[in-house]
Amino acid sequence: MKRSLAVSLFLLAFVFAGCGEESEPPQTAEAAAAVEKVSESAATPPMARVERLRVATTTSLYDTGLWGYLEPMFEDRFDVELDVLYAGTGKAIDWGKRGDVDVITVHSRAREELFVSEGYGVERVPFAYNYFLIVGPADDPAGISGMNPEEAFAVLMDNGEAIFVSRGDDSGTHGKEKSIWTAAGFDYDSDVRTAGAWYVEGGSGMGPTLVMANEMQGYTLSDIGTYLAYQGDLDLVPIVDQGDALLNVYSVLQVEASGNPELSLALVEFLTSPDIQQLIGNYGLEVYGIQLFTPCAGQEI
Amino acid sequence: MTHLFEAFNIALRMIVTGDSVVFSIALRTLLIASTSTLAATLLFVPLGCMVHFSTFRGKRLAVGFIQTMYSVPTVFVGMLVFLMVSRSGPIGGMGLLFSPWAIILGEIVLIAPIITGLTISALQSTGKCLEDTATALGAGRGIMILKVLTEAKYTMLTSVLMGFGRAVSEVGVAIMVGGNISGYTRTLTTAIALGVGKGETASSIALGLILLFLAMMVSIVVNLLQHGHGGEK
Repeated sequence: MKRSLAVSLFLLAFVFAGCGEESEPPQTAEAAAAVEKVSESAATPPMARVERLRVATTTSLYDTGLWGYLEPMFEDRFDVELDVLYAGTGKAIDWGKRGDVDVITVHSRAREELFVSEGYGVERVPFAYNYFLIVGPADDPAGISGMNPEEAFAVLMDNGEAIFVSRGDDSGTHGKEKSIWTAAGFDYDSDVRTAGAWYVEGGSGMGPTLVMANEMQGYTLSDIGTYLAYQGDLDLVPIVDQGDALLNVYSVLQVEASGNPELSLALVEFLTSPDIQQLIGNYGLEVYGIQLFTPCAGQEI
Repeated sequence: MTHLFEAFNIALRMIVTGDSVVFSIALRTLLIASTSTLAATLLFVPLGCMVHFSTFRGKRLAVGFIQTMYSVPTVFVGMLVFLMVSRSGPIGGMGLLFSPWAIILGEIVLIAPIITGLTISALQSTGKCLEDTATALGAGRGIMILKVLTEAKYTMLTSVLMGFGRAVSEVGVAIMVGGNISGYTRTLTTAIALGVGKGETASSIALGLILLFLAMMVSIVVNLLQHGHGGEK
């Protein structure tokens, strides 16, 4: 018992030595190489105590790679580890209410305003917008091309066969979808969710939902940014892209309960600063040929 | 199909050339799972011994309960730990949520029944016989316990390895209380979950192969221990 415990302890100690903060010098050349390789990729040791700021973001700002692009800039400028957590707007707001994150970047105006008026958020600060699209198979089985989104949804309901994959995750996109159903004259819970097998509640982020719609050759509502970021892997094409209902505004909100108000505010100011606004406007332009996000700091939308 | 084949090729290349992102995720996973296993071992191997060597009312029921908990769903543990360590939870003040420590805590809870229960099983299978013999030969209780522990050591180590195997391959706890933060709480399982959703097939396959390798290593070592007590003697 004693010896086997000693052996396992030794094995564990070896693993720790490989990546701990105060590791002893590695014994062999290979071990040294292994340690070096890892410390290259990880800016800090995995469990070191450094200042951290948490931002919960809607999946579209994560899946497009925008946060991955901005994160190191913020970290360099303020010498802090920024932890980016991706979730639907509903979950991000819930984390904010619980005080588990410092800042949220989401896209659902009504819920953001409620978040602020209930005393959980400091202020709703819009920083970028783009548009939603209804994407679907190129042959457009329900024939909704060129319609406005409300008409398109009514036709889908009538059709009852063409598949529509809903986010179904209480996200901002899901909220937008619900509001379009309402505008089209349907009650979401009693008419839409029970409409039949063609209405699929996916329950995951924007990227996985697009992949799912692609697999099922169905329609889905997507923000343009995530769609473009995933387009290479998809056969889906934009079917409906006209209509006031499709405006998609991203806001940043400092969480009232944040333990680090200075840095939280710094992140809000960072996103709305002229140089970062310009970078947001240019993000993805080279890769996709069109703008993913239109910066809008200071505008009331 | 060619797409899959290509991705597999790139994945192998990533492993062979030591892709830094892939390996830092693997190393982090190993570190988190090892820490949980070590802590759970220190806590629950002694507990298993205590349960086995003591007699108390409802012992059989307690052991049965522990064994039932082997299959506790990871998302259930994830949910419990989330509610505990969230800022508005009972130990929220420690700021553990969305850190590796929250994952470690969850994995300790997850594998506690396995380590406790399998330790008890290991001691039981070593046999009443040995205990009776030792006692009959006039050995004191202390000597008897020591004899049984010595005899059962490899089977007990198996329980620890089984715990490690579950910790390293679970995804429910890691994603719910770790949050899959790049460079901080991203583990093999959560990285794969994200990568497949994003269509990053090659790196997901590379991560998957490493995870498979780790899980298989555990099984191999367990097998070696059970047949012929390994090669370390």
